[in-house]
Amino acid sequence: MTGDPLYLDGVDLTDLGIMLIKVLVAFTFLLVATMFMVWFERKLISDMQNRIGPNVAGPWGLLQTFADGVKFFFKEDLRPENADPLVFRLAPYISAVTAFLSFAVVPIGGSFGGGDSGTVTIFGRETFLQVADPPVGILLLLAMSSIAVYGVMLAGWASGSKYPLIGSVRASAQAISYEAALGMATVVVVVLAGTLSTHGIVAAQSGGITRWFLISSGIVPFLVFLIAATAELNRPPFDLVEAEQELVGGFHTEYSSIRFALFFLAEFMNVITMSAIMVTLFFGGPAGPILFGMTWFWPTVWFLLKVLAFLFVFVWFRATLPRLRYDQLMHLGWKLLIPLILFWLMFISLKELRAAYDWNWLVTYGAAIVALAVGTALLLAALRAGDRVYQEELEDA
Amino acid sequence: MVDALVFFIAAGVCLTGALGVILARNPVHSALMLVMTLFGIAVQFVAQEAHFLAAVQVIVYAGAIVVLFLFVIMLLGVDRAQDLELSILPGQRWAALVFGAGSLMVLGALLVVVGEPVTGAKSVGGSASTAENVRLLARSLFSDHVYAFELTSLLLVIAVIGAVVLARKPSQSEPPLVEERGEN
Repeated sequence: MTGDPLYLDGVDLTDLGIMLIKVLVAFTFLLVATMFMVWFERKLISDMQNRIGPNVAGPWGLLQTFADGVKFFFKEDLRPENADPLVFRLAPYISAVTAFLSFAVVPIGGSFGGGDSGTVTIFGRETFLQVADPPVGILLLLAMSSIAVYGVMLAGWASGSKYPLIGSVRASAQAISYEAALGMATVVVVVLAGTLSTHGIVAAQSGGITRWFLISSGIVPFLVFLIAATAELNRPPFDLVEAEQELVGGFHTEYSSIRFALFFLAEFMNVITMSAIMVTLFFGGPAGPILFGMTWFWPTVWFLLKVLAFLFVFVWFRATLPRLRYDQLMHLGWKLLIPLILFWLMFISLKELRAAYDWNWLVTYGAAIVALAVGTALLLAALRAGDRVYQEELEDA
Repeated sequence: MVDALVFFIAAGVCLTGALGVILARNPVHSALMLVMTLFGIAVQFVAQEAHFLAAVQVIVYAGAIVVLFLFVIMLLGVDRAQDLELSILPGQRWAALVFGAGSLMVLGALLVVVGEPVTGAKSVGGSASTAENVRLLARSLFSDHVYAFELTSLLLVIAVIGAVVLARKPSQSEPPLVEERGEN
């Protein structure tokens, strides 16, 4: 059922049923997970800040998000007078739809390794535990995250007011800058796995912790991906987009009611999706020991636990790290992350080529080190020149 | 049946988008319509089993280039319809009409004269298995078309350097070209 997106070979009710069930499960999972993610974040951050946090609605405040959601539905839907009516209404949907779509390529279970290829049998059909496994899998995620920029950008522009516009311009500049680093960190994994399909990437990591790309790619691509993903999600410490001290609420200042709720939903869904993608790319996806019986059950448990660990990390970032200044953000992205991951990508590719063609060990790595030295020297010279100009401008001002 | 249906829907989306680009009065709406066209083309790519091209189409064109268009439109503040009326070159409308009709006629003539295979060569991969997409594309780019590929990258580097030079403020020793504005 993979590799035939249009079902040219015919489709029957079983295929359709399986597809529908998968879509429904993924959809419901994301919605429910978002609800609890909001609660989790509020509760965790209040613990870290010595507060109590939501504790009234339901046991331990569990139903707080649900209550907020219901309230959103009944609020008045305001539209500013200067707003562009069509685009103003379109923007929240772009955000929400891309957030849902990017989760479709994440394999959420299935046992890999041994003789298993991660398939599960439902109604007599072998199928993967992911909504779709397109041959370009991981590129779909990049495509969706680049489309998600539109949601934020158009929301800010269509509001027809100052703060949202500034917020959205910041957001899109930030997203475009960090997408390069994010994409190249992904390419390192793709080079190692030899496939773009998320299913293939997980399969390539089966067989023990040392096969996880976290370790076999060196830790650098993971760190770059984590930082770039945080920036891409507009999470603290990269949340200049919604810096309330400067911009009121950023791009969604003018939004109210269910439209605001859609942005809110998309934001938290993206956090969950990004965590899931990091687990898929670097932590072996659903890989983990099968404790007893039920081979299809444990991988999903491991997957969820790993995702939960990343959700914790994102909340932890928010509680501990102060917000970056805008120029610091750009410097980090363009002058540190992109050169670093570029070098790492070339190094990993060289390593793979050397293994494939059996090149001389000394010559290959010698050339790599010389290239690294020259590249670093040139980069440092350029940075120093840039700093000098910047300092002169500061003195002149 | 399914592929015909997909083709006509995607083609409809493409054409609607293309018409929207030139008919919309607001530049931001035009840019959005362009995104719609690009999506339609991406769907056509998928239907031709060129999955990689489809993904690249969305990531590069929709995700980067049109975002930059929008950026420029928003930052320059030309997002109001009346700004369009100001910059019409003399004779622009007639020239556009003539050239537009000319290219339409050339295209039509080509369709009639050449017959079915308008673009001549088959696709890079033929009807390849989907997993081979990237490999075939890479082989084609780095063997048959390597000069064109390298020249394009050179061109892009020149463009980047040019952009940096243009964006730089004139150094302080030279007299400033324009009157200093009250910023900084």
